[in-house]
Amino acid sequence: MSDATPQAPRKSSSLLSVDTQTQKRNSAENRFKNYGLIAVMAGLLALVILLTSILNNGLSSFQQSFVTIEVELPEAKLDKSGTRDLTVMSKVTTFGYAPLLTAAMQAVIEENGVEIEGLTKKEIGGFVSKDSAAQLRDFVLANPEVVGTTQSFTFLANGRIDGYYKGRVTAASAELDKNVSPAQLQLADALLDAGVLTNGFNTGFFTKGDASGQRPEAAGLGVAILGSLYMMIVVLCLALPIGVAASIYLEEFAAKNRFTDLIEVNIANLAAVPSIVFGILGLAIFINFAGLPQSAPIVGGLVLTLMTLPTIIIATRASLKSVPPSIRQAALGIGASKMQSVFHHVLPLAAPGILTGTIIGLAQALGETAPLLLIGMVAFVKEFPGAPPEGFFDPASALPVQVFNWTQRSDPAFVERASGAIIVLLVFLILMNAIAVLLRRRFERRW
Amino acid sequence: MSLKLIAASAIAITAVASAASARDQVQVAGSSTVLPYASIVAEAFGENFDFPTPVVESGGSSAGLKRFCEGLGENTIDIANASRAIREKEIKACAEAGVTDIVEVRFGYDGIVFASDINGNSFEFTPVDWYKALTAQHFVDGALVENTLTTWDQVNPAFAAQEIQAFIPGTKHGTREVFEEKVILQGCEDGGYFDAMVASGMDEDTAEETCMSIRTDGRSVDIDGDYTETLARIDADSNGIGVFGLAFYENNTDKLQVATMNGVVPTVEAIATGEYPVSRPLYFYIKEAHIGVIPGLKEYASFFVSDDIAGGEGPLAAYGLVADPELAETQGVVDAAGN
Repeated sequence: MSDATPQAPRKSSSLLSVDTQTQKRNSAENRFKNYGLIAVMAGLLALVILLTSILNNGLSSFQQSFVTIEVELPEAKLDKSGTRDLTVMSKVTTFGYAPLLTAAMQAVIEENGVEIEGLTKKEIGGFVSKDSAAQLRDFVLANPEVVGTTQSFTFLANGRIDGYYKGRVTAASAELDKNVSPAQLQLADALLDAGVLTNGFNTGFFTKGDASGQRPEAAGLGVAILGSLYMMIVVLCLALPIGVAASIYLEEFAAKNRFTDLIEVNIANLAAVPSIVFGILGLAIFINFAGLPQSAPIVGGLVLTLMTLPTIIIATRASLKSVPPSIRQAALGIGASKMQSVFHHVLPLAAPGILTGTIIGLAQALGETAPLLLIGMVAFVKEFPGAPPEGFFDPASALPVQVFNWTQRSDPAFVERASGAIIVLLVFLILMNAIAVLLRRRFERRW
Repeated sequence: MSLKLIAASAIAITAVASAASARDQVQVAGSSTVLPYASIVAEAFGENFDFPTPVVESGGSSAGLKRFCEGLGENTIDIANASRAIREKEIKACAEAGVTDIVEVRFGYDGIVFASDINGNSFEFTPVDWYKALTAQHFVDGALVENTLTTWDQVNPAFAAQEIQAFIPGTKHGTREVFEEKVILQGCEDGGYFDAMVASGMDEDTAEETCMSIRTDGRSVDIDGDYTETLARIDADSNGIGVFGLAFYENNTDKLQVATMNGVVPTVEAIATGEYPVSRPLYFYIKEAHIGVIPGLKEYASFFVSDDIAGGEGPLAAYGLVADPELAETQGVVDAAGN
């Protein structure tokens, strides 16, 4: 600034009155604050709408109607030979067990003096879940000595009866519904009064496998939770060591030249590649070339490992970079080798950041569906995979896949199950992210 | 480096893969229409036999058959579900990959129904109505003119004055093919438009194509998702009329009302007798070379077509499958397979 420049005469200003320029700046700041607030509110509103709709639809899936009845197990029907030979007894299929259930239901109706007009035998039999016959058969084959006695069982009620106590089915809708009749709903109310029908916590939702479209009440997340767990184990065991090793090499040892620049660009690129691409790669390499089985958590885990690697590498490199060079130099200065300086000083200081990145990467992998589509994991899988390590090669499902599957089923009860599965998935994600935040808070050091 | 990583993991995998045990469950993939039936059978099969429950994937008939034809061996599927018969081209592709012995099993029929919101107007359709409402171009006085009909009473004075809004399966679905052939083309022929086109000098293939081209002005919406998506669209737009599978409708009778076709209400019985015209056979295809290699494959197939399952009183019929009157013949085909 030179003295020669003519100064514009400044308006006289007072500290007590704000001049227009300041006013303008202040209102601009206020406006910006409001925009920010609106942006946050819009985000929150979307979250609230999403959560309320999911909770509204899904919370009821944690509750379930059960029927407790005494079932007669006649020898004439279940073991004609009378030898209790399992190979003979297993010839009686679940279709042979279904009439026993109908008879047991009829008995319990008579016992409690319930009389309902227009209730047919088929409707009585259809009151309990179709899963019950299998439950009964499994019990009898496991305990052949019970044949000829009467045993008490707790069965799942049919999905529509269950829906009645969740507000999904009403007397009016039952009138129009081919799968449930108003008479059955009356029966449900009568049995509820008699204490035969109870509503309780649905543990089966966490312990059972998937069920077909005819028995939504029996569908559970067990296989999906286990499958997701197996995949996360594979991802953790592969992605963490590979990712950390790659980052340490790139960050601490590799020369900075065009080649490492190229790798850096590629890693950043890989992080942005659509996940379905990894599915295509997985199908080509792991299934078609390496001959791994389809629908198996090992393949899912490998595919998700490829997907998570860039995330972990980027996070690890960032946290390695944030360790001040003075620490390395001090270590080198007192005679440590480069490797010693990295493993004794740099890596422990970067560990919280690495773990946070890993957990966030895992959470991302947990919610991924697209790559699993191509490797056969989006499937109807009822049976539990075995214990590891063989279990990694058995077919399994995954949590997001189960949500996807259930939303496609025709029975409206699956909408509730799908929302319930979303809640479970969200709880897992929140847990993982909370751990990540906690780790960062407790151990992160700032320089 | 990323390449190195992939290579390294691939080597690790191959090492582990050799240790992997042989597959002991049946693998099935294919049509999403067949999926609910196949999962019911798989579930019952797992319950009643000592074999593990088969794994059933969906993804569409074409995708399933493509994977079926990838070759032989444990990491290929054993059974492909299809809502249409296998094509010549696919058989050829199969043969090239070494899949030469394919057993075709037709296990029943599926009805295709037209349903709308339960509180809306009722409809009694004929194929001609659908042709007139949805074709891209009408053939009037020897010339093709754009379809400009906007309400159903313009199509047929007997109908209510409701906006035309149809939700039909997208082209990747096997159902679309049936809809085009058995409803739109049928309507074109029944109404005499096809003959008129041919008489005006158009060759038959072009005439057929003209008949079956669907208008694209938003009156007809392709649904590429599942029937649940169609149902959600009708929930949102009560004027909508959707194309559904009979089984889906039967599970949602409290939300949907079904339209008649040629005066026939779509029921399992009417479809079985052929009175209700819009239906199609459902199939699954077995890789004969896998019988005896994959445990439970043949047992699963015989169980699928047994009277207990696919018969008129079985769980599949209860779910909405129209039982095949010639089921005994199918059972014979399955029994003979792999011997």
